[in-house]
Amino acid sequence: MIGEFFKGLFLMIWKVVTDQPDPKVEFVSVFPATIQPIISVLLSIVPIIMVFASLFALTTLLERKGLGRIQNRLGPNRVGPFGLFQPVADGLKMLTKEDIVPHSADKLIHFLAPIVLLVPTLLAYAVLPFGQNMVPIDMDAGILFFFAVGASTELSIFMAGWSSRNKYSLLGAMRAIAQMISYEIPLIISSVTVIMIAGSLSLVEIVDKQSGYHFGFLPHWNVFTPWGLAGFIIFLIASLAESNRSPFDIPEAESEIIAGHLTEYSGFKYALFFLAEYLGMFAVSGLAVTLFLGGWRAPLPFLEIVPSYIWFLLKLMGLVCLFIWIRGTLPRLRVDQLLNFAWKFMLPMSLINLFVAAIWHFTSVWNFRGAGLGRWLLCAAMIAVPYVWLGRTLIGNKKITHRTYRFAN
Amino acid sequence: MGITFAIIAALTLVSAIAAMSLRNLVHCALSLAVTFAGIAAMYLQLDAQFVGFAQILVYIGAVAILIVFAILLTRSSETPQPVISRSWIMGIVIALAVFGVLTKVILSSSIAQRELPAKPAPTVRQIGDQLMTRYVLPLEAIGLLLTAATIGAVIIAMHDKKGRGDGGQNVNSTPSRAEAHQHADETHNLIT
Amino acid sequence: MLGEGIIKGMVETAKNFVGSYHDPKRLTTVEYPENKIPAKENARNFPFLVFDGVDADKGLRCVACQICEKECPPKCIYIIKDTVKKPDYMGKMQIQPKIFDIDISVCMSCQICVEVCPFEAIKMDTQFELSTTDRFENLLLNKRELAKPNEYYHKIHPTEATEVDERLAAEKAKAEAKAKADAEAKAKATVAAAAAKAAPTPVPAPAK
Repeated sequence: MIGEFFKGLFLMIWKVVTDQPDPKVEFVSVFPATIQPIISVLLSIVPIIMVFASLFALTTLLERKGLGRIQNRLGPNRVGPFGLFQPVADGLKMLTKEDIVPHSADKLIHFLAPIVLLVPTLLAYAVLPFGQNMVPIDMDAGILFFFAVGASTELSIFMAGWSSRNKYSLLGAMRAIAQMISYEIPLIISSVTVIMIAGSLSLVEIVDKQSGYHFGFLPHWNVFTPWGLAGFIIFLIASLAESNRSPFDIPEAESEIIAGHLTEYSGFKYALFFLAEYLGMFAVSGLAVTLFLGGWRAPLPFLEIVPSYIWFLLKLMGLVCLFIWIRGTLPRLRVDQLLNFAWKFMLPMSLINLFVAAIWHFTSVWNFRGAGLGRWLLCAAMIAVPYVWLGRTLIGNKKITHRTYRFAN
Repeated sequence: MGITFAIIAALTLVSAIAAMSLRNLVHCALSLAVTFAGIAAMYLQLDAQFVGFAQILVYIGAVAILIVFAILLTRSSETPQPVISRSWIMGIVIALAVFGVLTKVILSSSIAQRELPAKPAPTVRQIGDQLMTRYVLPLEAIGLLLTAATIGAVIIAMHDKKGRGDGGQNVNSTPSRAEAHQHADETHNLIT
Repeated sequence: MLGEGIIKGMVETAKNFVGSYHDPKRLTTVEYPENKIPAKENARNFPFLVFDGVDADKGLRCVACQICEKECPPKCIYIIKDTVKKPDYMGKMQIQPKIFDIDISVCMSCQICVEVCPFEAIKMDTQFELSTTDRFENLLLNKRELAKPNEYYHKIHPTEATEVDERLAAEKAKAEAKAKADAEAKAKATVAAAAAKAAPTPVPAPAK
């Protein structure tokens, strides 16, 4: 029994490391039949939580270090070698802090909000294909599931903001909801293009559709098509807004409304919000990787010996670094700018992109000489022209000059 | 069926009752969201993935938010009414009567006697195919209707913007509500 | 307009990021307790008392005139005059402070005491690492703690200190010259008086 247990365990670890199908079978069969489903489910859930929670810790450090370097400073370097234990110190600080609940707060909802936020965020990981044989649930409507659970986080942010009985919290919650529902539309429409081309809502199938290489080196990733590139950029911008990250961090704009819906939270609940925010960012980056960057597929044929999940994580971390870079560069938008940008620019662009994707789909039957290049150029032009036109008309007749100050000069 | 169904059904019922009877409007809205989630869980239990997720996306992601916005932006100095009205005996009698009549009609109808059809496996692909072939006309009609509603919402919002000079609080609140409407419509458009 | 500005900004921050690893201009932060930037000459913090020579008590320039005490906006200076007088740099007998306290927890570093002091006795220090665990004892500096030699003043504010020294030297030279002139005049007068006494016809002594 014990021998079988360890044999199954080692076999499972070996199979996971070497990227083989069905790693759990031998290990799960050790247990009695009644608890086998539970063990199997636990074996899927625990690694996700562990990996992404430690990724969260790593990212907070990476973010603070990177932002420091961008702003000509060193970043945290006091706790442990190169400040590597900073996340541990942060975590201990969070956990040992007093949990303060405002006197007039709605106690139950105030307590429930962080939990209700974290649960859908974690649920979103259930459909992401992390590796060749690593997808917790291969669902038929996987992407729909992802967006459905993503949509239910808005309500918990409202709960947090409303139950705190604080004007800043409520303002932050209202801003968060306005922002999230506005940017959810471009987010969904830009992923609809991929669904249209792949012809499936299943994320596993979408990754499968991106296999193979052009000319032996250029992978068939969606991002290398005109509609895919535009969709990827729209998706990235919208996902920045969805995960409340700078430059779209107006729901928790420190200089305006303290911390938005987080104002009245402290200690462990605050840590949960923080965790949920970062997990949401990872999930949405994971979706971007899956939809546009070929998921777990290697970028070059000879690199396929590297296990698939490594590629997934590398791409994910690349996107996270991009997010940090953007955060270090751009200032925060105003609310009206944010909503105008969503409704007047992102929405038309994503609709045009949808149309271009349809054209791409129908021109795939072209088979004359130079058809591939012609198709590419046609679609690129169909995106670039409206982009330039929209960009110019939205600026309008406003002359952008250097700002003049009445008293400072 | 079995325990899972019982739990989901109990959750749905309890939250529905809470949505009707709680004093605080926001609490009602939140328990209504729980009810929506329970219904979605039931769809999922019936293997209707698409409908279940669409239910979550539309009802929790949009309709519940819309309700919450409406509550927050319109809440005035209302006096809390007693939850149970004075004529509750009459109400219960009428409700029971309606329930009895409905039960009798349903039990005696020909549908109740019909045999259950074989359980279909409604994949998302099938739904999509059906929508694009057999039901394409209703789909287009709904799409047109919702687009008209969207344009109407935009026009209302624009009209308010003109009158911003003389308006009070109301002016500030209406555009965002219209926006929420618009969002719900867009989501509908997407789903359908 | 079309996102060029964003790209420009991203390039700049990327330059900052990469530059921080090899270019000291892109990493201006100094790790403070281990490395310190030498204080700038214009740095000013809290006042101190200047003394000449080696003995703090003997060389203290302060004459306890109490102007700074009166002018201090937050009233953080406390002076008690001593009964014993001591010679100043010109050799003139002056009052000296018996107690001179500055409460730097109250001081707001306005430098008004320095502006009003006619004797160049109080100057601004650059010392800033003054944190302590006892806010009553260690933040109330007494005469002994405040007194610092003129050489220290030269070290922290060289230009200003040289100026002050020149001014004092000029004043001293002027005073000495005047004293000399006075002495000569006196001597002359004495000589004249003696001559007048000696002479039979009295000559009125020159009025001084």
